[in-house]
Amino acid sequence: MAVKLKDLAQMEDKLVAGHGMCLGCGIPLIFKMILRATEDPIVVANATGCLEVCTTIFPRTAWNCMWVHSAFENAAATAAGVEAMFKALKNKGKIPADKKIKFLAVGGDGGTYDIGIQSLSGAMERGHDIVYVCYDNNVYANTGGQRSSATPLGASATTSPAGSKSPGKVQKKKDLTKILVAHNIPYVAQASPHRWQDLYNKAKKAFEVEGPAFLNVLCLCPTEWKYDESQGIKLAQLAADTCAWPLYEVENGKYKINYKPKEKKPVLEWLKPQGRFRHLFKEENAWMLEAIQKEVDRDWEDLNKLAEISGA
Amino acid sequence: MKATKILNGNQTIAEAVRQIDPDVIAAYPITPSTAIVEIIASFRADGLITGEFVCPESEHSAMSVCIGAASAGGRVMTATCSQGLALMWEMLYIAAGLRLPIVAAIANRALSAPINIHGDHSDTMGARDSGWIQIYSEDSQEAYDNFIQAFRIGEHPDVLTPVMVGFDGFIISHSAEVVQVEDDAAVKRFIGDFKPPYPLLDTNRKFTVGPIDFTDYYFEHKRNQIEGIENSPRVIEEVGKEFGRTFGRTYGFFEEYRTDDAEIGIVVMSSAAGTGKDAVDELRAEGKKIGLLKPRVFRPFPYRQIAEALKKMKAVAVLDRSSSPGAFGAPLFTEVRSALYDYEKRPKLVNYVYGLGGRDIKVEHFKEVAGKLEKIATTGKVDEMLGYLNLRE
Ligand SMILES: Cc1ncc(C[n+]2csc(CCOP(=O)(O)OP(=O)(O)O)c2C)c(N)n1
Ligand code: SF4
Ligand SMILES: [Mg+2]
Repeated sequence: MAVKLKDLAQMEDKLVAGHGMCLGCGIPLIFKMILRATEDPIVVANATGCLEVCTTIFPRTAWNCMWVHSAFENAAATAAGVEAMFKALKNKGKIPADKKIKFLAVGGDGGTYDIGIQSLSGAMERGHDIVYVCYDNNVYANTGGQRSSATPLGASATTSPAGSKSPGKVQKKKDLTKILVAHNIPYVAQASPHRWQDLYNKAKKAFEVEGPAFLNVLCLCPTEWKYDESQGIKLAQLAADTCAWPLYEVENGKYKINYKPKEKKPVLEWLKPQGRFRHLFKEENAWMLEAIQKEVDRDWEDLNKLAEISGA
Repeated sequence: MKATKILNGNQTIAEAVRQIDPDVIAAYPITPSTAIVEIIASFRADGLITGEFVCPESEHSAMSVCIGAASAGGRVMTATCSQGLALMWEMLYIAAGLRLPIVAAIANRALSAPINIHGDHSDTMGARDSGWIQIYSEDSQEAYDNFIQAFRIGEHPDVLTPVMVGFDGFIISHSAEVVQVEDDAAVKRFIGDFKPPYPLLDTNRKFTVGPIDFTDYYFEHKRNQIEGIENSPRVIEEVGKEFGRTFGRTYGFFEEYRTDDAEIGIVVMSSAAGTGKDAVDELRAEGKKIGLLKPRVFRPFPYRQIAEALKKMKAVAVLDRSSSPGAFGAPLFTEVRSALYDYEKRPKLVNYVYGLGGRDIKVEHFKEVAGKLEKIATTGKVDEMLGYLNLRE
């Protein structure tokens, strides 16, 4: 049964207003939705980054549930520790056996693709019953826009700047979602805030499976992507329509594409509104635009094949 | 049942772990503390402990798991040393800053480079400002006793500070000794239950652990944290006495050996103190007025008590099993020297770095030091304040 926005609106917010995130930021959109996808109490372990910094400036907090931050690269290990204690205290009869708590680890692309990939991989392999959500805004936003391994090919970031001799980042984005699939965990998915129902469903599945689950969610960042912040949701839609950020899920190893654009749009349409790609539209960088389109096409084809093999 | 057993340092720690049965143990193997992790794993496999044993992919994650688990609310421990402790470094400060009384067993080992697996104190001395309480052990018995007391000290509501218990890698971790293992139930009674004040798993409440402080609060929060370790001396003393009443072995901040009328003295920690005591006995037999002081607690540093114990001596050598390159002496020396500064009458002080990378220290080396101290005591002159023992120059 499809969830109704009206019903979700009735639910208590676990991340409330008053945080300091930028106008048009995708983070609150994503987490207000994800935190609604379970009725159980939640403990959140948050990596250092925009979400953590903007929501917990002492003595205020925007968190209306249990929340912990310890460092940048270890949200998964921290959540794993909380979950291990929950199991231990149940085992010792210090917590009632029927008590339910959900454990949510959260990190940005820097905290997940880069510095935190080891602790994430470890926690997933060990099978902790946690949900890890990466909000992928393609950049180290909190520290002012440095490249990460999630920064797309051609994007200008402060440590991969476009210049007269550089077309921006020359490396392709790491495919972290597939790396997580390779961990053979029960549930892995990619989502985006513009399809809120799909995001909600995926979060719900992630919370419900026993064992680790991973969600990679495209996160709008008007500040670092440099676009008109009123156009964020349209931009996210373009990421899906150009297949630059496909929406799919992998349940017990089986791929399923959740959104196939009727007509796949050229990747240009996703790049054009964003200042971080502006330099690509200069004549000398035309080759880079071509290269980006090629990569997107190839990845989309591969994904379709994987879904086909899975029988979906 | 209470029993006398032949165990090495790692085995005694594992015995204590079995008796305490912490709620969560997260640890990563590294020589020479690996056996602790292995024995714990086998205890878990045989159902002798019921807590969760987590085997993370690194020490950084091991300490992160400990921090998550301790924030969740319960008793938590790890074991490591050397590179492992170094890899935890970032998280050590966070454990202390979040006031989580995690206990770590450390089989003290040298730090790379060059890589070396043997015993010295470089690892824990490198963590001396991390906010952890540090207790050092002379032998397996002390490692066992200190490890048990560590939970009571760290978990005290006025303290709430993590504790690391050091014992020398290989020299203690791998040497079999006669150890008194106390009765399981008596140990359990001694450590009692731990009620953490802010457990994340109490989901009827709502709070934010580990928020960001700007210039307006960070300093006050750090001051609060410092107060925790400043409150610990009273607790360390109480717990040490209660341990004595319960099990017959009383502990304080340090041990004084034949210092009563001593004119010269040697300050040395951990296993080398055992050798030092033998040297003192031999020198005493020759009529030399020498004594030894073995600090047990390095953080908080019992500066007043140590200064009181040393102030009447004429010359004292502080022996350090780590170095502080470029500093005015190694860590223990700078603390002791600073502690004596306010005394008008105080001994001349010299510092010897010894035993790096597991280099042996023997009775003859203590005698060499005693010879130099005697000369200083009679002439009042120090030729060489900072030196090394048993080193090829
Ligand atoms: C060990 C460590 N290295 C570097 C930093 C500095 N730092 C804090 S947040 C951050 C970037 C975060 O990027 P991301 O995870 O993508 O989150 P976002 O800021 O985009 O929300 C960096 C580099 C740190 N806190 N800790
Ligand atoms: S910098 Fe980007 S991710 Fe960070 S709060 Fe602003 S919009 Fe959100
Ligand atoms: Mg980011």
